[in-house]
Amino acid sequence: MKHPVLILLLLCALALPARAQDAFTAGLTGLGTGFNQTAEAVDRLGASGDPRALPLLRALADGRLLRQADGTLLIRGDAGVQDALTNAAAEAAGAEPVRLNNRVRVALRGALGRLQLVSPDPADRQAAAEAVFRSRSAENVPLLDAALARETVPAIRARLALALAASRLMADDPQNKLLGVTALGATSSPEARAVLLEARATNPAIAAQIEEAVAAIDQRLAVRRAAETLFQGLSLGSVLLLAALGLAVTFGVMGVINMAHGEFVMLGAYTTFIVQEALRGIPMLAPWSLPLAVPAAFLVTAACGAAMERGLIRHLYGRPLETLLMTFGVGMMIQQSVRLAFGAQNREIISPPWMQGTLMLPGEIAVTQNRLWILVFSLVILGLTVAAIRFTRFGLEMRAVTQKRAIAASMGIRTGHMDALTFAFGSGIAGIAGVALSQIDNVSPNLGTGYIIDSFLVVVFGGVGSLAGTLVGAFGLGIINKILEPWAGAVLAKVFVLVAAMLFIQRKPRGLFAQKGRAAEA
Amino acid sequence: MIHRMPITRRAALAGLGTALAAPAIRPSFAQAAPIKVGVLHSLSGTMAISETALRDTVLMMVEAQNAAGGILGRRLEAVVVDPASNWPLFAEKARELLAVSKVDVTFGCWTSVSRKSVLPVFEELNGLLFYPVQYEGEEESKNIFYTGAAPNQQAIPAVEYLMGADGGEAKRIALLGTDYVYPRTTNRILRAFLISKGIPESDIMEEYTPFGHSDWQGIVSRVKRFAGEGKKTAIVSTINGDANVPFYRELGNQGIKAEDIPCVAFSVGEEELAGIDTRPLVGHLAAWNYFMSVQSPANTQFKAMWQAYIKNPRRVTNDPMEATFTGFKMWAQAVAQAGTTSVDAVRTAMYGQKVEAPSGYTEEMHRNHHLSKPVMIGEVQADGQFNIVWKTPTAIPAENWSPFIPENANRRRG
Amino acid sequence: MSLAVAPPVADARLRLGLRAGLGIFVLLLGIMPLLNLLPVTHPLHVSDFLVSVTGKWICYAILALSLDLAWGYAGILSLGHGAFFALGGYAMGMHLMRLIGPRGVYGHPVLPDFMVFLGYQELPWYWLGFDSFPFAMLMVLLVPGMLALIVGFLSFRSRITGVYLSILTQAMTFALMLAFFRNDMGFGGNNGFTDFKELLGFALNTSAARAGLFYASLVALVLSFLICLRLTRSKYGRVLTAIRDAESRVRFLGYNTTSHKLFAFVLSAMLAGLAGALYVPQVGIINPGEFSPANSIEAVIWVAVGGRGTLVGAVLGAFTVNGLKTWLTSAAPDLWLFVLGALFVAVTLFLPKGLIGLIKGRVQ
Repeated sequence: MKHPVLILLLLCALALPARAQDAFTAGLTGLGTGFNQTAEAVDRLGASGDPRALPLLRALADGRLLRQADGTLLIRGDAGVQDALTNAAAEAAGAEPVRLNNRVRVALRGALGRLQLVSPDPADRQAAAEAVFRSRSAENVPLLDAALARETVPAIRARLALALAASRLMADDPQNKLLGVTALGATSSPEARAVLLEARATNPAIAAQIEEAVAAIDQRLAVRRAAETLFQGLSLGSVLLLAALGLAVTFGVMGVINMAHGEFVMLGAYTTFIVQEALRGIPMLAPWSLPLAVPAAFLVTAACGAAMERGLIRHLYGRPLETLLMTFGVGMMIQQSVRLAFGAQNREIISPPWMQGTLMLPGEIAVTQNRLWILVFSLVILGLTVAAIRFTRFGLEMRAVTQKRAIAASMGIRTGHMDALTFAFGSGIAGIAGVALSQIDNVSPNLGTGYIIDSFLVVVFGGVGSLAGTLVGAFGLGIINKILEPWAGAVLAKVFVLVAAMLFIQRKPRGLFAQKGRAAEA
Repeated sequence: MIHRMPITRRAALAGLGTALAAPAIRPSFAQAAPIKVGVLHSLSGTMAISETALRDTVLMMVEAQNAAGGILGRRLEAVVVDPASNWPLFAEKARELLAVSKVDVTFGCWTSVSRKSVLPVFEELNGLLFYPVQYEGEEESKNIFYTGAAPNQQAIPAVEYLMGADGGEAKRIALLGTDYVYPRTTNRILRAFLISKGIPESDIMEEYTPFGHSDWQGIVSRVKRFAGEGKKTAIVSTINGDANVPFYRELGNQGIKAEDIPCVAFSVGEEELAGIDTRPLVGHLAAWNYFMSVQSPANTQFKAMWQAYIKNPRRVTNDPMEATFTGFKMWAQAVAQAGTTSVDAVRTAMYGQKVEAPSGYTEEMHRNHHLSKPVMIGEVQADGQFNIVWKTPTAIPAENWSPFIPENANRRRG
Repeated sequence: MSLAVAPPVADARLRLGLRAGLGIFVLLLGIMPLLNLLPVTHPLHVSDFLVSVTGKWICYAILALSLDLAWGYAGILSLGHGAFFALGGYAMGMHLMRLIGPRGVYGHPVLPDFMVFLGYQELPWYWLGFDSFPFAMLMVLLVPGMLALIVGFLSFRSRITGVYLSILTQAMTFALMLAFFRNDMGFGGNNGFTDFKELLGFALNTSAARAGLFYASLVALVLSFLICLRLTRSKYGRVLTAIRDAESRVRFLGYNTTSHKLFAFVLSAMLAGLAGALYVPQVGIINPGEFSPANSIEAVIWVAVGGRGTLVGAVLGAFTVNGLKTWLTSAAPDLWLFVLGALFVAVTLFLPKGLIGLIKGRVQ
């Protein structure tokens, strides 16, 4: 820490000879008396460049800066409470944390950014470059120039260059401004576009150059937007796929209409919650609660599925419509049980860090991490399901039973046993879907009801009995929905997709991937 | 729970003189028939998520009131029904409460449509309904007391804040909402308000989604794009209940920070935040008339009472619960003052009734059947609570007929 | 599925008994509003609440009857009958809204309140004509009928049957629900229509109007029952049942199964629309929640509980389940879903022929 701070001191000393010390103490006045005063103080501190400002501002950002009634500022650290000016140990009694609002946060971001540009930690510098870009000002130009000269990490360099360009735009001389415009025009970032558009209003002299730069960005953005829409469609498709996959087994393979399917999804989400709470006290396992919830949810819902099949559904084979009504009743009971056991309120599922935030793909295509993981996860689960059906003994017997029950039985396969296992398998997949959905939707007793109709439609649209059909059906409907959304709005897009799927089924009643031969007549 | 009762009793005494000052510490309630309190909140279906807490609040108040000697020496008895988030069933249950159970007062409803569904029933049978949720206004029934906010007590101050220096001087506003009457009307009022403040139509974006919408990717990226036009942008959200969790997750994941695009919500309270990891959302805003973090003696009591009743020291309180609490206390005072539970007498006694609400302000029931309420703006904190960054100096009266809806000029009076 | 074959003598006697039971039931219903006029203290007094709630159940019974015609006799398990019911209700609701006229809150001579505060300047074209009662009644039957005609024609032509048809109709009602939730549709969005004032010159919030609607519903129920009875007893009805039990075989015999099924489906949708139209002025609200797929499934369950394929059963089921629901949502607000859920499970498992099957078993 010491070394770069010295450099900073040196830099500042060059810029503002002999004023740094005074500026720091003077800068503190008003801090914590009101939002406006605090924001102004933060601005002054950021401009002061004083090394003592950094820990102070960090403490303020984290809510660790306290203020006593007499105006003394204290910092609460790991070691205890210290006086912010003298670093002497102090008593925190009677001190109130300095409060923040968005205005103070904006000021803090700018000030911290300037102070952190010289930090040895690349993450700090990245954040600083980001912050300085957002709080662009002409004064930052020399600072950024120096930082850019030192920087070695390419990603941070790119960010710094952007920040520099944005700050140049704020400069007074037109030469500097034009440099900024050109640099910004070479990016494909919407933020740069926003900066340029903002500058257009205040700089009529270079409006033409700005227009040109914006047009260049727009062109690149159009490609990016198409890629993002595609990703959003794939992501919606992956959610549909997860929700429908279990149905593709229970309905597609066995022909059982399980209206409680959505409730199994919901049980999977609640299992995630239970696993998370159970592991909360075990620091070693707590970060892994989400992956651990996957097998747990599979087992819980598979057990429920097996119980339901053995207890109820098996009495109704050959009567699919009665099964539909019966499982609807079961679904009502499961939902109300969960509501009574866990309460009607949403339960909080904590996303692990790797499921949060945005990932930048080449070409600055932004994809949200949780959705990307769910997309990957859905494909993995699909792959495992296919593998289980194709390549395992269980899959072989399952196919044998569904294709020709009597012959399978005569070969020594326990058909009843297989029915239970197959239904448990499908229900287990629904539970796994619940784990994934807990990351993007409410974990409440109503979770499952929202997915049931879409799931059935996906299975029928894709072709009952065909997992490939389910895959194509889910992604197809997802992508169409997302393409329509900007034009028609979210509601109408969904209505259009529903109507289109209905019309399609009218034309091809057996779905996209129709089963041929005897199995199709069942 | 008993220590908070002197307020009620004092009010009762003030209203009644000495005639009814008799109730002993443990009254026997021997002779008089109980006062029946209807509870018309959904316990199943989509609205159960919000409404069950209000059912519990009413039950808590009934229990506390009984422990303090009931009202007029009579015991209170709650009649709970489940209208199951089904609007025609709301009307049926309202009729049942009034005609069969013969309740003296009803606390109930959350959505506007449920209130609209029961309104004709309450008017026909001359019942009394306390409605505790913020709503779009444009209504005033002599049989309903509205204890939640009208648009001028929530929406307009919040947008003024966003456009002010502290809120970030927003110049473009994205109005996002669930497609139903409250967001539609509120946004119509806000649009008129924004235009009156010199914001051009092209700087207002309006988008609606169905109930329970869970895929916010497209809309959030469109907001980002809208914000990328070079003017400070803010989101005003009238997104309802269930859809909020996925919405906020998407905001967090797409990296929309409150410093860049602050989002102020009118339907997100402590209960909704309990289902989200709020760390990425610090600094986003909500406008209400009460936050759990309010520092006031009445609120300290309210929170303690609630957590003791529900036997969970971590359960949160929220604005509609506070509105239920305040409404109940007002009703109890009005009954004590009127000396009867007769609807017409209680209605008259309600006007001008004042309560030291947990919001920390004295709230008063006006003749327009709406409460005067303070407006507060809170920022989401990492612990799921709100940090109050702005509030009105006094409670402000409701304008249930908004001056920003031109048709109100030729509205029929009475 | 022996319902199609000619009943033996004992069965015929049972049918007579059931029919007589139904007659007495209708008679009892008929005097209910009269008993309501008795003084409150009279032991035979029937409360306002019971009259209004029974009026609602009668409408549900008509819906159950229409569903039984499609499912019980033609084998078309529609999970979208709630949509026809709701469309009929909306047509009636539009008429009632137009009748409010300048008595709305904003005093606008033509536009309903919700249009005024959402900033509509003039009435959308599809609202024209609804101020006339005969036109509205025509629409009550035509709109659901047309929808059923289109959906039915397309589906039956491509031989979509059984479960596929159920899922298709469910998607239909779901799509309609989403569409009607949109405020831009001009149907009042989520709030739908409320605050009705009058119908045919009678103020709706009076006991007399309620009794009138009650009798209108009762007459509609009896007429629907007779129509369905007549139809199912006719040659057409026999073919219909044959289609239900073995569609391919009937087709090979030279019958046009598509048009047979289509007729039953369209008629059934119209009856459902009629039920909806009678329902709306009695409950005082119509909104997109009526399109919810769960409502349609519930209606199917009434039929299953009562006894599929018998007209008496459908009526019985509608009254039983709704009676239970009204009672339990007050008596056991936390547990009623368990009771109803268990009832559905028990009926499908142990009473495949519903309550009627149980009664028959007892008698025999």
